[in-house]
Amino acid sequence: MNKRQVDVVIIGGGPAGLAAAIEVKKQGIDNVLIIERDSSLGGILQQCIHDGFGLHRFGKRLSGCEYADNFIVEVKERKIEIADKTIVIEITKDKVIYAMNEIDGITEIKCGAIILAMGCRERTRSQAFIWGTRPSGVLTAGTVQRYINIEGYLPGEKAVILGSGDIGLIMARRMTLEGIEVKGVYELMESPGGLTRNIAQCLVDYNIPLHLSTTVIRTHGNKKLEGVTVAKVDKDRQVIKGSEEYIECDLLVLAVGLIPENELSNQLNINIDTRTKGPVVDEYFMTSMEGVFAAGNVVTVFDLVDYVSLTGELAGRGAAKYVKGQLKMDKPITRLEPGENVSFVVPQYVRKHNLEEKLPLYFRVKQKLEKVEVTAVGNDETYYKKKHRVVLPPEMLVEEIISSNIKEGDKKITVNVMEVSKE
Amino acid sequence: MKKFTCIVCPVSCILSVDEKDNEVQVNGNQCKRGRVFGVNEYNDPKRMITTTVKIENAKIKRLPVISTDEIPKSRLIELAKELYKITVDTPVLRGDIIVKNIGETGVDIIATRTII
Ligand SMILES: Cc1cc2nc3c(=O)[nH]c(=O)nc-3n(C[C@H](O)[C@H](O)[C@H](O)COP(=O)(O)OP(=O)(O)OC[C@H]3O[C@@H](n4cnc5c(N)ncnc54)[C@H](O)[C@@H]3O)c2cc1C
Ligand code: SF4
Repeated sequence: MNKRQVDVVIIGGGPAGLAAAIEVKKQGIDNVLIIERDSSLGGILQQCIHDGFGLHRFGKRLSGCEYADNFIVEVKERKIEIADKTIVIEITKDKVIYAMNEIDGITEIKCGAIILAMGCRERTRSQAFIWGTRPSGVLTAGTVQRYINIEGYLPGEKAVILGSGDIGLIMARRMTLEGIEVKGVYELMESPGGLTRNIAQCLVDYNIPLHLSTTVIRTHGNKKLEGVTVAKVDKDRQVIKGSEEYIECDLLVLAVGLIPENELSNQLNINIDTRTKGPVVDEYFMTSMEGVFAAGNVVTVFDLVDYVSLTGELAGRGAAKYVKGQLKMDKPITRLEPGENVSFVVPQYVRKHNLEEKLPLYFRVKQKLEKVEVTAVGNDETYYKKKHRVVLPPEMLVEEIISSNIKEGDKKITVNVMEVSKE
Repeated sequence: MKKFTCIVCPVSCILSVDEKDNEVQVNGNQCKRGRVFGVNEYNDPKRMITTTVKIENAKIKRLPVISTDEIPKSRLIELAKELYKITVDTPVLRGDIIVKNIGETGVDIIATRTII
């Protein structure tokens, strides 16, 4: 078996991994390696051909491919080593990675630090709970996106989309442009899962109907999908009898959510947050395993890739500091907790003495609210206050606390989103 | 009065657009870009086009492309069909012009990925 030693290894060459690698190198660490199982870099962005990326970072609306390319060019300019078509199959507690490819077989890599940047995976049919036959023609939105945008293959002629998350909406428009008839988007919940602008530019623009509080309950067809039964649901998400309707289609596209990819993290037994489904991380996105960092959608599903890149850079700086022995790992820690109306907060805890100038907090609200105030409250002091006109669960909130304001002894900071009382 | 969702940024403001004394007025926007969008949306809605064209001699089958500017919304499907007929060969660099002045719109279609 080949053996080698690397200062910082990044697993995954998507936007999180690319940003992390560049940052590690910028911090003066030269022995850096990106391991990517695909034959090219860019991760999911390779198949995101639509525009709207990078508004925050580049001040321009780029396509996903262009956004990724900006980073890929920099990775190449900085001569960062890439092991493509290589998959990481195991990580051990003493930071040894086993990676495999066709040419070298298995390589054992001893790492100074590891950055997990494996992205997320889509929920599948078994997680969406649909009765009926198991015909072909039932695919996740990401798979359809890859077929159409990279492999040049149209998987059907008449499609029904289950789930109104952004990927479902983007694919409704994409399939329509490709001549696939999109019969409708069905959403179990009372409100859409995706951003309002995507409802406008992907559905309204093309007269594609959106059916809320409606779901697919059954698939029909033996070998190939022939149709689906949809039905309305009540407030408790129970099917309303008599509301069933049969819709003829040969493609059912599942856009029923994303979950962080953490098979490798689970091998390490690192702490996973049940709310984000990703590792619990600290101020530099280090996991509960010392020297193992996480960035991007591995941590929690971000909806804007700009944030993914920022977390990559933060983890990159953290890993570089760790390798140089500049991170003070001792206590005390301050926990960040979701309070009123907040479903989770990332990072989950911080050490004040390691904080950079500003501490960014990433979180989501539990429900749509108007005229609210976001607060971050320590033991007996409010560190942050900001008003928002509207907050929605599909839109992640990011607020930055000035680190020097935080008191050393605070055990926890609670993040709340509360309606401003109407006076 | 017409209502539009501003698609310029993720805030997604709901715009009310009205015409008074030959002047288009926009309400509900939180910034200037939203006002411009509202006026355009009222007069002549435009969108970017992003799709793929066939590519030969590459490890992938489709080359992603984008328009250099927005094109009239009513022509999106027609122009996408036009692009469907095109085949390009490698190498292609990001930014290479794939179609010049597509459908006499004054807008070019360029590659968004380098495929060598
Ligand atoms: C189908 C789909 C569509 C999306 N569309 C949009 C969109 O339109 N706009 C938007 O802002 N966001 C979109 N997202 C979210 C998008 O995932 C993020 O914006 C961004 O790509 C996340 O970056 P990442 O680097 O965390 O993960 P990814 O881009 O997923 O990159 C992870 C990389 O890790 C590699 N990898 C995983 N496991 C291993 C392993 N064991 N060994 C080696 N390599 C491995 C993968 O091959 C992949 O290249 C979409 C997500 C999905 C799943
Ligand atoms: S009006 Fe301005 S803030 Fe509102 S969605 Fe449009 S661009 Fe964004």
